[in-house]
Amino acid sequence: MKGRLPGTPEIYGLMAQFRTPEEVVVAAHKVHEAGYRIVDGYSPYPIEELSHALGVHHSPLPRLVLAGGITGLLAGWGLEYWAAVIEYPMNIGGRPFNSWPSFIIPAYETTILFAACVAVLGMLALNGLPEPYHPVFNVPAFALATRDKFFICIEARDPKFDRTGTRKFLESLGTTDVYEVEH
Amino acid sequence: MASPLRERTHQTESDRLIAPGHDFGTVTDQISKIVLQRKTPKGWWLGFVLAFSVLQLLFLAIGYLLFEGIGVWGVRIPVGWGFDIINFVWWIGIGHAGTLISAILLLLRQEWRTSINRFAEAMTLFAVACAAFYPIFHTGRPWLAIYWLFPYPNTMGLWPNFRSPLIWDVFAVSTYATVSALFWFVGLIPDLATLRDRAKSKPFKIVYGILAMGWRGSARHWHNYETAYLLLAGLATPLVVSVHTVVSFDFAVGVVPGWHATIFPPYFVAGAIYAGFAMVLTLAIPLRKFYGLEDFITLKHLENMAKVMLATGLIVAYGYMMEAFMGWYSGNPYERFMIWNRMTGPYWWAYWSLILCNVVAPNLLWIKNLRTNVPFLFGISFVVSIGMWLERFVIIVTSLHRDFLPSSWGMYAGTRFDWAAFVGTLGLFFTLLFLFVRFLPAISIFEMRTILPGAAVPERDDE
Repeated sequence: MKGRLPGTPEIYGLMAQFRTPEEVVVAAHKVHEAGYRIVDGYSPYPIEELSHALGVHHSPLPRLVLAGGITGLLAGWGLEYWAAVIEYPMNIGGRPFNSWPSFIIPAYETTILFAACVAVLGMLALNGLPEPYHPVFNVPAFALATRDKFFICIEARDPKFDRTGTRKFLESLGTTDVYEVEH
Repeated sequence: MASPLRERTHQTESDRLIAPGHDFGTVTDQISKIVLQRKTPKGWWLGFVLAFSVLQLLFLAIGYLLFEGIGVWGVRIPVGWGFDIINFVWWIGIGHAGTLISAILLLLRQEWRTSINRFAEAMTLFAVACAAFYPIFHTGRPWLAIYWLFPYPNTMGLWPNFRSPLIWDVFAVSTYATVSALFWFVGLIPDLATLRDRAKSKPFKIVYGILAMGWRGSARHWHNYETAYLLLAGLATPLVVSVHTVVSFDFAVGVVPGWHATIFPPYFVAGAIYAGFAMVLTLAIPLRKFYGLEDFITLKHLENMAKVMLATGLIVAYGYMMEAFMGWYSGNPYERFMIWNRMTGPYWWAYWSLILCNVVAPNLLWIKNLRTNVPFLFGISFVVSIGMWLERFVIIVTSLHRDFLPSSWGMYAGTRFDWAAFVGTLGLFFTLLFLFVRFLPAISIFEMRTILPGAAVPERDDE
């Protein structure tokens, strides 16, 4: 490929195609056990076992969302306190300026709002989306990854990667096809 | 598939969530075909043109309203809240079924939600859009409503009063709209990627490609995605109960007899879900018929929705009963007069029609033969929608029109501009729905794949 920096591998990686979810999960376990770490699996629907097989276990998202919710609570309450007590105090039916029972509802809503926004934006950020270009799309058969086929791609950056050796290894996993993924 | 129909071989027709013989490919093709087919069906054009024509009534009603002022509506003291609030509550209530299906039923692992959640969520969004029209325009001068409703540092140094339920409503409804839209969009991402990969024409490829944001079904992505989806469901769950609770506070916090009742929040929430499921049925039945989706939206789905309607309908009936009971038991002459006036006053017909639609009619759903009779369900979904509209009419109008002083009693009726605005929002709702069905997958494709036999992979015990 032209324009490639010196030191980068010739191809992005090798991709194997599988027919069923069972096959891809079994293969993913073997890939992980063989010591490959810069690997990704692709499936048309979420398969928990596939991400577990590849060694993906924890998502930092719940903590981020909790932080978002707490920020939302403080922001909502802070806004109400600042508006009703500091900036624009008004006597409404003799209620105290800091009428906390009335302030619960807007603060509760901002808690949910902030947490939900963090859940969505956090998910996109952790996944590196939006991503306008990705090498896996260079494999024509990969269009089936959003229909009914399953894939495993071992990247050439993986220290154990070897263009012929890894291909042989993938072929031994009961795959239908192995493709070279261009950059 | 290796083992087709592994667990579902001996299911009867009325008991299955998906017709036999489907695999990942056929589910994908059949649902995406509706969007990707080159020729738009004639029936779609007919429905769309009709809905779009009705939508013009809304523009007419808004135009004349802004030109003349709120006087074109039928609201007169003592009835200061009329169609605007009735329709607001009606629309926002309809939305609740979508959120219940997408959030609560997901957390409760109700697999049958899977084929109806997508369009129910769309229904939520469009119903909230219709609802939002009323409070904005009933302020009379909506261009000023920005500083009446939203807290922002304006040059007048004014801030809204956070002790008012009307401000709570602003927060509740805008949060609800935002979270519903986020939830809906997140659910769409993998399906947009499917459409991107299956689209034949260049413009479709580009638009779906941009919207899918480069989704490629990576296991690492799915892991975060599933976490986010569950968290969003958890966050939307309190919204199912809180939005209509806050709407009911608009009434319950006031001192008007007929409004000032602690039963309002649960009774409003149940009514919202009841009305919402009626609307889901109204939409699901023609959708499955015209697009041949009987394989995915089965009799089981329709029957389950009927059961939810029956259950929530009974809660609503309990609410009516308690209102009448408390009117008598409170010993308060105003409360007693209010309930008596509702039943026998000038609006008796509205009250008794509402009892017929919301208390008598849903009890027919106890009968299994009726629950699984598609034309009957279609009919009863309309009866329930009308009943729920009447409920809000009765609560708002009969409580206000004869208040504490007989000298200030009055009558209320919607004018033709009230009706034009209401029918116009129906046009808006159906226009948006027709566009949705044409351009986005009406059933969640990736979630349908997960409930197929053979989709589940047994977790391996490590040797």
